Amino acid sequence: MNAILKREMNAYFDSPLGYVFIAVYYLFAGYFFLLYNLYGNSTDMRALFEMMFTVTLFLIPVLTMRLMSEDKKARTDQLLLMAPVSGTAIVAGKFLAALFVYLVAMAITLVQAAVLSQFALVEWSVVLGHFIGLFLLGSALTAIGIFISALTENQVIAAIGGFCTGFFLMLLDSVAGMITNTRLAGFVTDLSFQTHYKNFTYGLFNVADIVFYVSVAGLFLFLTVCAFEKRRFE
Amino acid sequence: MIEVSHVSKQYGSKIALADISFSVPGGQVLGLLGLNGAGKSTTMNILTGCLAATEGTVLIDGIDLAKEAKAAKRKIGYMPEIPPLYTDMLAEDFLGFVYELKGLKTGKKDAVGRVCERAGIDHVRKRMIRNLSKGYRQRVGLASAMLGEPKILILDEPTVGLDPTQIIEIRSLIAEIGKERTVILSSHILSEIQAVCERVIVLDQGKIVADDTPQNLENAIQSKDSYIALVEGEPSLVERALRALEHVKEVTRLNEEEPGVYSYRIRGREHVDIRREVFLALAGAGCPLLGTRSAHVTLEDVFLRLVGKKEGTTGRDEA
Repeated sequence: MNAILKREMNAYFDSPLGYVFIAVYYLFAGYFFLLYNLYGNSTDMRALFEMMFTVTLFLIPVLTMRLMSEDKKARTDQLLLMAPVSGTAIVAGKFLAALFVYLVAMAITLVQAAVLSQFALVEWSVVLGHFIGLFLLGSALTAIGIFISALTENQVIAAIGGFCTGFFLMLLDSVAGMITNTRLAGFVTDLSFQTHYKNFTYGLFNVADIVFYVSVAGLFLFLTVCAFEKRRFE
Repeated sequence: MIEVSHVSKQYGSKIALADISFSVPGGQVLGLLGLNGAGKSTTMNILTGCLAATEGTVLIDGIDLAKEAKAAKRKIGYMPEIPPLYTDMLAEDFLGFVYELKGLKTGKKDAVGRVCERAGIDHVRKRMIRNLSKGYRQRVGLASAMLGEPKILILDEPTVGLDPTQIIEIRSLIAEIGKERTVILSSHILSEIQAVCERVIVLDQGKIVADDTPQNLENAIQSKDSYIALVEGEPSLVERALRALEHVKEVTRLNEEEPGVYSYRIRGREHVDIRREVFLALAGAGCPLLGTRSAHVTLEDVFLRLVGKKEGTTGRDEA
């Protein structure tokens, strides 16, 4: 797994992709920080983290689009298939590499909180809650992105698939609002990324929300391993 | 060393391999020969664990590949037809990555240095793979397969797309490696198999149609009753005269050697000397026999006969 992790990390930072991702993330985080905290004269970072939900939703596919599809297209998956490494270790290595880049990007929010703390009192426990929420959201979206990338050899299709999934996840709350059957509406709401994320932005540290994101990440990583291993039977 | 038992592979309704079995002892250089689509790459992909067999078992050094894939794969170095290379990496970084991927612990720097020297890529190891020529990429692929000095080396069409000098270099490298370990090599280039391999398995439509040494395969169908005759005259007249002979089994017109003079392969019935009969028949038909020589059967003829095509009707080796 370490070899894959190292290789993917190098691939991100030997090409402009890693830098562009981090730069765009910083750009949005910086803009919302300026708008809500500096101009808004507030140490409450809830609005910033709320806005970063949408940004994360649409930026993660850029990070994950090449992870599996590139190997399939360049046939380097053959190198991985013949190596004495399990499919789980391969997928985990790729997932952790993407997650690390994402972590570097979202670390800017901690820097912003540190800047605020120089001028006023910052509630670090709440900020940490926001941060964990955003990290869990990114983990789940990264897992979904890798899975979509494993289904195609075309990076553009993988990215578009990721954007569509993001858009669908955004609409899920609105869809739930249109459903008259209360049980079904409740079920759709339970699947909503936004609902589970909002609790973090309210400063609520709910175990169910953590379990939800961890489960989604686990499920899609498992599906990715299955999609990868399936190539042995094709 | 390698034991393949009743292995089959189906891609949907297409049968790529149909119940093949063979074993390869340690230290043997085995050639897999076959036309495109004969099942060579599928066999190799199954032997290396890249593909799962629909049925059958593969034992690598006594280890079941399906049950203990990791342990079995550690004994194999594989270079597919198109070497899987990360072209955005330096050659030595890529080999370092493969070293780690294989979980080797013998010392990365030394191991990479050794295979670079062996594969003749020492002077390009600091270059980006995407900037290397096809020949050097092939060598990087070979170097990555050799990393960790696996007991078994599997090479799928290792010389495809290379220029003649590179082909000779790669072949001598394979011959050298073959002195120490088991090598399985696939090719549809017959001269390559003949030059490097001690044993040949001929595959056709997913089945083994022959399994022997190149020499034995040639000897098996080398007929002592077969001749090449140079005859002047109308081909139809010549063929009619020859086919009318009791002991002549087969007549094949080959080439027009001179204006009006054609060469024919004449095959007689077993253990019958047909030369006199042929001479008299041609004299009777008014077609002078200008010369005869024994028909040497090449591995190409053997191969074409085994896969069901008429010998002498296609071009020579692609090399």
